[in-house]
Amino acid sequence: MSLAQKTACLILALVLGASAAATWLAPGGYAKQDREAIAEPPSHTHWLGTDELGRDRFTRVMYGTRISLLLAPAAALLSTLLAAAIGGLAGYAGGTWARLAMAVTDLFLSLPWLFLLITVRALLPLNVSPLVSVLVTFMLLGFLGWTAAARVLCSSAASLRSSDFVRQARAAGIPAQRLFWVHTVPNLKPVLLAQFWISIPVFILSEANLGILGLGVAEPMPSWGSLLKELQGLVSIGEEPWKFVPLILLVIVVTSFQLLLSRQEEFAL
Amino acid sequence: MNHSPSPIQSVQLAVKSFCGSLRKKFARNRAPHTVAVVAAIIFGCCFFPGRAAAQGGELHFCLRTEPKTFDPLKVEDDASAAVRYLTGGVLVRVNRETQDLEPELAISWKVSKDGRQISFRLRSGLSFSDGTPFSAEDVAYTVQRLMDPALHSATGDAFRSGTGSVETKVISPTQISITFPAQVVGLDRLFDQVAILSEHSPKKEMAVLGPFMVADYKPGSSLLLKRNANYWKSDAQGHKLPYLDSIRLDVQPNRDVEMLRFKRGEVDLINSLDSEYFDKLAATSPQLVHDAGSSLDSEQMWFNQVAKAPIPAYKKNWFHSANFRNAISEAINRADLSRVVYHGHAQPAFGPFSPANKFWFNTHLQPPAYNADAALKALQSEGFRMENGTLKDKEGNPVIFSIATNSGNKARERMAVLIQDDLQKIGIHVNVVTLDFPSLIERMTQSFDYEAILLGLTNVDLDPNGEMNVWLSSSENHQWNPQQKTPETPWEAEIDRLMRLQASSSNAKKRKEAFDQVQEIVVEQKPFLFLINKNALSAVSTRVQGASPVILWPQTFWNAEWLTVSK
Amino acid sequence: MPKLRWKIVGHLFSLLGVILIGGFLSAVLVRLAPGFDTDERELDAHLNSESVQALRAARRNDDNVLRFYVSYMTRAAHGDLGMSAALGQPVRTLLKERAPSTLRLLALGLGMAWAFTLSLALSAAWLRLSTYDHLATLVSGTFLCIPAAVLALLSILWNVSSSLAIALIVFPHTYRYTRNLLIKAYSRPHILAARARGLGEGRILFRHVLPVITAQLLSVAGVSVSMAVGAAIPVEALCGYAGVGQLAWQAALARDLPLLVNVTVLVTVVTLLANSSADILGLAWRRHEA
Repeated sequence: MSLAQKTACLILALVLGASAAATWLAPGGYAKQDREAIAEPPSHTHWLGTDELGRDRFTRVMYGTRISLLLAPAAALLSTLLAAAIGGLAGYAGGTWARLAMAVTDLFLSLPWLFLLITVRALLPLNVSPLVSVLVTFMLLGFLGWTAAARVLCSSAASLRSSDFVRQARAAGIPAQRLFWVHTVPNLKPVLLAQFWISIPVFILSEANLGILGLGVAEPMPSWGSLLKELQGLVSIGEEPWKFVPLILLVIVVTSFQLLLSRQEEFAL
Repeated sequence: MNHSPSPIQSVQLAVKSFCGSLRKKFARNRAPHTVAVVAAIIFGCCFFPGRAAAQGGELHFCLRTEPKTFDPLKVEDDASAAVRYLTGGVLVRVNRETQDLEPELAISWKVSKDGRQISFRLRSGLSFSDGTPFSAEDVAYTVQRLMDPALHSATGDAFRSGTGSVETKVISPTQISITFPAQVVGLDRLFDQVAILSEHSPKKEMAVLGPFMVADYKPGSSLLLKRNANYWKSDAQGHKLPYLDSIRLDVQPNRDVEMLRFKRGEVDLINSLDSEYFDKLAATSPQLVHDAGSSLDSEQMWFNQVAKAPIPAYKKNWFHSANFRNAISEAINRADLSRVVYHGHAQPAFGPFSPANKFWFNTHLQPPAYNADAALKALQSEGFRMENGTLKDKEGNPVIFSIATNSGNKARERMAVLIQDDLQKIGIHVNVVTLDFPSLIERMTQSFDYEAILLGLTNVDLDPNGEMNVWLSSSENHQWNPQQKTPETPWEAEIDRLMRLQASSSNAKKRKEAFDQVQEIVVEQKPFLFLINKNALSAVSTRVQGASPVILWPQTFWNAEWLTVSK
Repeated sequence: MPKLRWKIVGHLFSLLGVILIGGFLSAVLVRLAPGFDTDERELDAHLNSESVQALRAARRNDDNVLRFYVSYMTRAAHGDLGMSAALGQPVRTLLKERAPSTLRLLALGLGMAWAFTLSLALSAAWLRLSTYDHLATLVSGTFLCIPAAVLALLSILWNVSSSLAIALIVFPHTYRYTRNLLIKAYSRPHILAARARGLGEGRILFRHVLPVITAQLLSVAGVSVSMAVGAAIPVEALCGYAGVGQLAWQAALARDLPLLVNVTVLVTVVTLLANSSADILGLAWRRHEA
């Protein structure tokens, strides 16, 4: 492991450790409101200040990490696997199957999924537990987020299908299934890893936007997405730079993921 | 009425002193023609009404949504209402500052004793913006169009108190009498919302009698209003109004962007300012912000009392209990809602009407109490009990319910979270659900699949008759239990009776007594838990002169024809 | 080339089929979503019962999705795209007024995104410095983590074109794919052979690496068009940019079925054109290379 990768490992471990230890580090909880300390700047009692309802921002960042860091990568994995299955198989199969799969993919890219999400919310009971709501949200994101990568994977798989080593393997009598899983998929890893890495922050942010529809993490539970929404108060953000901390943390975590994944990318080559 | 003083007198004085200095300088008649030219200018300014040198310019502010219509009779959204206010000529106008009714296109009017007929005497010699002459026929045409049942206009429905058609009688080009099938309470004041259309103009609704007219419209982007050269009003010195050359309205739904543009000087006023931005602006530029005091608007929540609602029966039992509703109300800290969410720019609400509505507000109402212990005791007396920090009803069901509100409204979302925290202290678990507005309306009005809703009421009318469709149990807007065939509770039956009583009386005192009783019943039974009355906050650039923000809409540009902007 | 010609014809047919199905599915999604039958004007306390019922009845005209869609397609074939319920104007007029602005925004945004992508990715591939690569990852990762709404608002704060916001939303995605494809291409044995033969990095990059991944890059380019279209909605809505994205957002809030179906069809056409062109060009390139 290089120094950069060791640092990335350490950072991720620290972040995950802090979020796991949130219950001990911030026993007051993420919902505790100090109504006398509204929108306060950082102090010795509130390291990142308080939000508009007097809740400690540092505590909310730690608790929010649990939701976002656990569920976003899981949803990213789901979307990556779906992209691999649909795009990879279609490209490998070629011909009519590829055309059909890509037509379905293009359809998926164009439809207003907002209304499906609204319908899903309507089907869920109003008193659904926050955990169920957030699980459903990330699952939906996973199911809907595969389309862009599928197209690129289809093209990559199509290129591989006509490459020399695959032709040689086919000529040597290697079965199609083995040819796909052992010889094609590993060569699709660069795109799959890119898809996985991109999806993590995209899903974290999308979860917050789905709050408009009643999905996502419900109050008072925090998530990184909901914390990042504070950045939209642009008029005052210059005077409250501590609100950038969740963004900086997300960038650090995402970059750390990438440094670790780059090792996989090298192995994939 | 507050209006900008004309600078013509100061100009006259300045020119006179200039001439005096010229005479001294050119005592030997070196430039007699200069004096003559200057004298001609003075003569022109004095005897030919025009506009003083300091007037003109363009006012710039934002609309939150795109105007849906330029037809003043079909106005149902704020943006279209703003355009109607600025372009429409009305017979009478409620002065937003004094709240008195004042003559506009009508010089005088008279309402009959039975409240069914109103007669207007109109100004003569007026024209629409395209030059088409204005007469009583245009008023008759407008009223007939307004009262067409097929129009389904909110403005028209305000006049509809009984079945039958409206009769308009044009007595002369400047006199008209309008007779309604039944008494219309506050008949004269309702004409504040009726912009007169031309019967004969080829430009139809684009031919206007107001101070401005629509000059250019870029859908989704901006609307330009230019001064109406045919506007009838002049100031005391005889100068034609409006003082402004034009008003540019940008479509800007995002409040952060609107605020940014105001700070940059791209926008001259913000009609409804968020409290957090008010404080931020006040800290650096206090002269820009205005707090006109408590507005007529309220924020409230209510529980679902619809019998056929698809919610568990035990929850219906809770929500139907006035004791339960009162206990919940008592457990909510309204002072914190005002302080935390509105930064002190709001007051705990007493009842359906804000104290800003001086005549109609019932001054005998007690301020809302906050006492979590008393609330818990009241619930315990109903059979509720605390078990391991959770409140349960007598059947052992934990008290859990959801409060739904519309997403995108930060203040409401924060209020819901504060209420969630308040009720947690007495063992009640509240789920806060934010929904997009159409989904929320669907639950409220069709599926009735909700438990509690937090929303606001925007009051443009001072008269309680404007809320008839909220208080009558048979109405669609009787939010907690709409469209009842017969009132399901004695207190709703009593409210029905009192509202009909005040609607049928022309005696202000009797009407007030009836509505005072309605307010007392509402406070006692709490179908709505009134939470707060927001203050009317606005921001006006120092570039604008003559602005005097008030609580009635439109707070900042109600006197647009008198405003000036420095260049 | 006849095979390519048939490919193009096949693409056009599938394009038409996808457009028809896409329009129908979007109509179904909108119709079935809660809130379709509602109108916020119903909450106006001044409206009496008859007026409220009339508002509801007007919404029910679009009740049967299939009937609506067949009628829409019939009218659309004659150039009548229907009437927007929310804005009260012909949909054709609305789209005609706003499409050019959105096309300009997207063209500029995509141009900038690809300029950032190619300059960063190609320079990283050329220099082969891990520090540079990590820095580029950090830059693209930062923009990936900033919410689209914030980027849109920043473009207003800094008084720059909204296209920059679109570019900064799209560029992290295209950069990551491009960078990974380049790394993959560099790992091929013939590149090692070329280096061993003493070929310069520039020649290797432009003659031996890029041609190998051109088909996939074209695929990424096609997908980037959909990303840009998706980004245009929040950017236009927040920046007050009178384009199709803003229209789509207004239509979604108002459940404006005619407008939404038309916008979906337009988005489908753009997406399909972009991706089909990428597919055809990719195929042509692969054949050329073969």
